[in-house]
Amino acid sequence: MPISNLSYRAVFLLVLKRDLTIALRHKDDIVNPLLFFVIVVTLFPLGIGPEAQTLSRIAPGIIWVAALLATLLSLDRLFKSDHNDGSLEQMLLSPLPVFILVIAKIFAHWLITGLPLILIAPLLAVLLHLNEQSYGALMLTLLLGTPVLSLLGAIGVALTVGLKKDGVLLSLLVLPLYIPVLIFATSAIDTAALGLPYSGQLAIIAALFFGSLTLAPFAVGAALKVSTN
Amino acid sequence: MWKWLHPYANPEVSYHFTGKLIPWLSALTVLFLAIGIVWALAFAPADYQQGDSFRIFYLHVPAASLSMGLYFAMAVAAFTSMVWQFKLADASAAALAPVGAVFTAIALITGAAWGKPMWGTWWIWDARLTSELLLLFLYLGVIALHNAFEDKNLAGKAAGILTLVGVINLPIIKYSVEWWNTLHQGSTVSKLGKPSMSIEMLWPFLFCFLGFALLAGVIVCIRFRSEILNRNSIRPWVRNLVSAQLKTLESK
Amino acid sequence: MQFDSFQAFLNMGGYGFYVWLSFGVSTVLLLTLLFSSLKNHKQVIKNIALRQQREDKLRQVRKNRQNAQTTIENEVSK
Repeated sequence: MPISNLSYRAVFLLVLKRDLTIALRHKDDIVNPLLFFVIVVTLFPLGIGPEAQTLSRIAPGIIWVAALLATLLSLDRLFKSDHNDGSLEQMLLSPLPVFILVIAKIFAHWLITGLPLILIAPLLAVLLHLNEQSYGALMLTLLLGTPVLSLLGAIGVALTVGLKKDGVLLSLLVLPLYIPVLIFATSAIDTAALGLPYSGQLAIIAALFFGSLTLAPFAVGAALKVSTN
Repeated sequence: MWKWLHPYANPEVSYHFTGKLIPWLSALTVLFLAIGIVWALAFAPADYQQGDSFRIFYLHVPAASLSMGLYFAMAVAAFTSMVWQFKLADASAAALAPVGAVFTAIALITGAAWGKPMWGTWWIWDARLTSELLLLFLYLGVIALHNAFEDKNLAGKAAGILTLVGVINLPIIKYSVEWWNTLHQGSTVSKLGKPSMSIEMLWPFLFCFLGFALLAGVIVCIRFRSEILNRNSIRPWVRNLVSAQLKTLESK
Repeated sequence: MQFDSFQAFLNMGGYGFYVWLSFGVSTVLLLTLLFSSLKNHKQVIKNIALRQQREDKLRQVRKNRQNAQTTIENEVSK
């Protein structure tokens, strides 16, 4: 079947399956960022003190900052290994639209990184004595926010994939992009702890999600073309 | 004095020895666990303070003891491998790690489930819980480090170093309830000869403890054999074994 | 028997949720570990067998090529 005859859906599924298979063969890529997330969250009670009052006050911030850092660590694998063995260039040269490939790869990345984070977060919230009313807000903000982290992070990775020493540079590029998500997410969780409705903050995070979903792939495509020329 | 152990340094001998061991250990495991768990759940008396939630004790304490014991075994294996260049010890250390991690997780989860009705909270950052959580992280770190290397010899050396560095955690866990004033209760069984636990609770505890220890042994033996095969896959005895196994599978 | 009825047994004096959560999670974790270890063992054996088959096949191909080579040389030298 000639490549140009594949439907968008077929291409999406093909790239998605490829990335997931690769990730499942290297389980380290899934487990290590997750472990990092857990350990970083654990550090805070040890450093700040175990008082439940203090911890529950800062729990939303801790969980979200740890999620940001863990996602940042895992972004590298999005394009790095493909770039190293040349398959990234091949994908860009194909007649298929780049944004489909990019969306598929980012979705795979979210499934591998974001989804486990979301599943483990309630356990960590228990460790931090998070206010009982905040659990729903925590899950919803993570559900809407982690895809945004993957999408925006992909832009940063695409810009730096060709560089030799890009470790810290990636963080400098991506963390400012993450700050709006962080602010609204923690605000939503704090508001929920007071028993007030937090749909406003959720709506803004959702807007960030849909905005980045539609626009980020184009930015990523352009950045990849720059990085691989 | 240790001459009788020398044949077991040969992977093939150890493989077959543990293979013969597994059926016996499995039978004993089922026996002890069946007796222990049924006794613990249905026949042991409820604690006069904690009521029936005390039955979690029969899971929690064996799991916690085993989590530390298995780590200690892993450390001994790592030490043996490093000092006497005993390659087979790397295989046993790799086999012990996942089992120890699971028992640590069980200890933490059953502890949380016990703590919620008793102390009012699923978790508290006191010395014993924190160091047990740390133990879980150490186990997971050792497993992750081992998986990161392609060459299993290097993996064993690296994981061994990490294991030995982490072994300092064990005395901290054990004595944390004595050194720090914590919410977690003190030891009830470890005082040999005069345990401060009634005899009706001691027996089901012993059965459960031995049952879980034997179960750990069975699983470690299975994983140990897999590790031996993996590391010695080019040897003729492995090749012959594999083709014999395949023939029996095909003839079924 | 410490319990009067099966209902009382499930209830565990009010602590039923916590007791059965503990026993349930422990059982699941241990059974998963056991079966995963057994499956891993079978997988290791299968992988070694596959590798052996591949090597045998390569050896066979190489031998065939050598035989073909020698027969050609014999024909030429006649």
